[in-house]
Amino acid sequence: MAEDKDSAEAIVSEVHRKISEAFDVFDHEFNKTVDVREIGTIIRSLGCFPSEGELHDIIAEIEEEEPTGYICFEKFLPTMTTVLMERRFRPIPEDLLLQAFEVLDQQKKGHLEPEELTKYLTQEGEPFTPEEMEEMMSAALDPDRNVIFYKDFVSMMSVDNHR
Amino acid sequence: MCCNILPRHPHHIPTAMRAALLIQRWYRQYVARLEMRRRCTWNIFQSIEYAGEQDQIKLYNFFGYLMDHFTPASSERNLISHIFREHDIGRDVEWESYKSIEVPELYSGPHLSFPMTFSNAAELVEAFKNKQLHSRYVLQLLVESWRRLRILPNISQISTCHSKEITICGDLHGHLEDLLLVFYKNGLPSSERPYVFNGDYVDRGKDSLEILLILFSFLLVYPNDVHLNRGNHEDHIVNLRYGFTKEVLGKYKLHGKKILKLLQKIFSWLPLATVIDHKVLVLHGGISDTTDLHLLSRVDRHKVTNPLFTFFFICYKVFSHRTLLINIPTLIVDLLWSDPMPQDGCIPNDVRGGGCYWGPNVTEEVLRRHNLTLLIRSHECKQEGYEFCHNRKVLTIFSASNYYEVGSNRGAYIRMGPDLVPHFIQYQANSEDCVCSVGQTERSALKALREKLFAHKSELVSAFQVYDPEHKGRISLGNWASAMEAVLKLGLPWRMLRSQLVGETVDGMLDYQLWFRELSITEHKTELSNANLLETMYKNHSNLETIFRIIDTDNSGLISLEEFRQTWKLLSTHLQTDISDKAISDLAVSIDFNKDGSIDINEFMEAFRLVGGDLLQHEDDPSAQVLHEI
Repeated sequence: MAEDKDSAEAIVSEVHRKISEAFDVFDHEFNKTVDVREIGTIIRSLGCFPSEGELHDIIAEIEEEEPTGYICFEKFLPTMTTVLMERRFRPIPEDLLLQAFEVLDQQKKGHLEPEELTKYLTQEGEPFTPEEMEEMMSAALDPDRNVIFYKDFVSMMSVDNHR
Repeated sequence: MCCNILPRHPHHIPTAMRAALLIQRWYRQYVARLEMRRRCTWNIFQSIEYAGEQDQIKLYNFFGYLMDHFTPASSERNLISHIFREHDIGRDVEWESYKSIEVPELYSGPHLSFPMTFSNAAELVEAFKNKQLHSRYVLQLLVESWRRLRILPNISQISTCHSKEITICGDLHGHLEDLLLVFYKNGLPSSERPYVFNGDYVDRGKDSLEILLILFSFLLVYPNDVHLNRGNHEDHIVNLRYGFTKEVLGKYKLHGKKILKLLQKIFSWLPLATVIDHKVLVLHGGISDTTDLHLLSRVDRHKVTNPLFTFFFICYKVFSHRTLLINIPTLIVDLLWSDPMPQDGCIPNDVRGGGCYWGPNVTEEVLRRHNLTLLIRSHECKQEGYEFCHNRKVLTIFSASNYYEVGSNRGAYIRMGPDLVPHFIQYQANSEDCVCSVGQTERSALKALREKLFAHKSELVSAFQVYDPEHKGRISLGNWASAMEAVLKLGLPWRMLRSQLVGETVDGMLDYQLWFRELSITEHKTELSNANLLETMYKNHSNLETIFRIIDTDNSGLISLEEFRQTWKLLSTHLQTDISDKAISDLAVSIDFNKDGSIDINEFMEAFRLVGGDLLQHEDDPSAQVLHEI
């Protein structure tokens, strides 16, 4: 039992170090605080896939009572540790992602028109900003045919993600 | 299956919306990870740059060690006399000798006539895209520039009268394409378009000399509208290390040495600062709590040829006692080398080895004391090309885009009118030509990092073995990360970088000997069976090159075997490495590739590049760019 406890502690302490590292990357003034606008990036880079709504909930939990625009590490660490230990906001498997694109491709063409994709992603769900849409489009759009071959797009992005 | 998509949302939401939500969630995660990679890459470049500066301090420590152990009869005497020889800058008469240099008929580059005209200067800008200026004109241009600079005050006072907007540029570091981009976007300098250039024109990039020649030309044509501040790289000893000396000697084999000597004089005559409308102070590095512009305007600035070096030896043993050091070199070093910090106070800048870190309270006080409203400085690379700090009272402007690597950062310049509000124009050279992915920049940073790892191999192995007392050859990834930071002290997020640096792991355990073997694919012409020696070479790489160039007094690019042996022996005593005389001799002989009794410094440096070792093979990585000289 003692070994189990040790290894459990070791696991937690390794998780703490991981979180601390990610946090420090954005701690520009070296005072263990980060701009609240970078919290999403930090959480996601630790392997989580929260929605915007879920992100706002977390931020509300860890913000100061009178929000200063900064999040301090002391509050971030316990919350983030729980998130990681509970494996909340799990990754989206590639096949599920593909299914989502297929749903949007109502005519089952095998590709999407830029206008179609733009309409869905900027009007439905948690809409993209124009900048987000433009960025994704520039990566997704096939320049010759002017459509989005979503199967290729998903494969390409998944390779990049595994690097 | 549907609860996998959105566990928190009720099922009556239309499928299309759920699909959109999924895609958005996935894409935002991808963007965040990309941003993290970009930041980590940036951190790698910055920490390696700072480690390089620590290296320079080590070099100066070595010189100090030499001083301490100096005995007239010893072999050290030669080396020391090289370092401390009085630089015979020469009298005016010598410089007129350029007149005897003939320009051959075959020469197809620009011909300069003096006094220079605007079209001459514009022609030069155009010509430098693919031509080199003849040494006769180089020397003549430099002599004329020197004549002009020596009558300028230490601090230039300029104004935005007649509704003129002033353009302010930061570090260029030999990036000619960035200067050309600025001129393209903003126009060439003229009396309608005054410019302030804030130092660091040379080193690192490959066209430092061309940048200087262009800036000096416009200085001659529009002496009241072009202002050049001195940067910390306008310093001969810094140039030995960071590439400018090598560039000039490479481009001008016959007259390079003369050009360098003349430049050394010119650098010391560059003004220290510029003040706009008595309100905005522009200088290269920064300030300290002792900065006094009235005092600075009265010093003989040209007497300090090599600020950092001089400063270092004045305070070699009392470096930490800043209050003892109010003297001219210190005042100048502070201006050229300091960096801002977020906390109040003023402490020695131990990363750079000179100058200080100054806080917001010092900014307040110095600005108040001189009745100023803004400090514009350069000296530090910023991802967006510019950055405010200290409640927007300090502005850093940096004009060399892609400074660390293609895609690492933008450059920027400032336009400022009579309202003294800075407007920024950003740019990035080559952004259309190449697809600058985060991946490409990242690969370059990782290559540079691997070289560092290789140079510290034995220390790292020792650190790993602490976690592996039974010498099974494996450690956990968590311990790997702790050991890496303990040895390298680069302050990098090792757990984030792990997947990029370490290939295969089994059960979360790393076989570290195998890992090192994979890392150390080197390409060298020498048969170096002595691994210890090889590692020491890598570790002291830049310092060795600098020392060799100092020894190479006739700037021939060659040093003798004997000089090499002597230098190496001294260095290894100082570093306390146990390398036998025989090993050193063997090394010297093996490096003398053409067996003529002398070593070509460039060849020597090339022989110790770490090539390959890219653990994750990428098909789309054609010509790998080794970040060799950072």
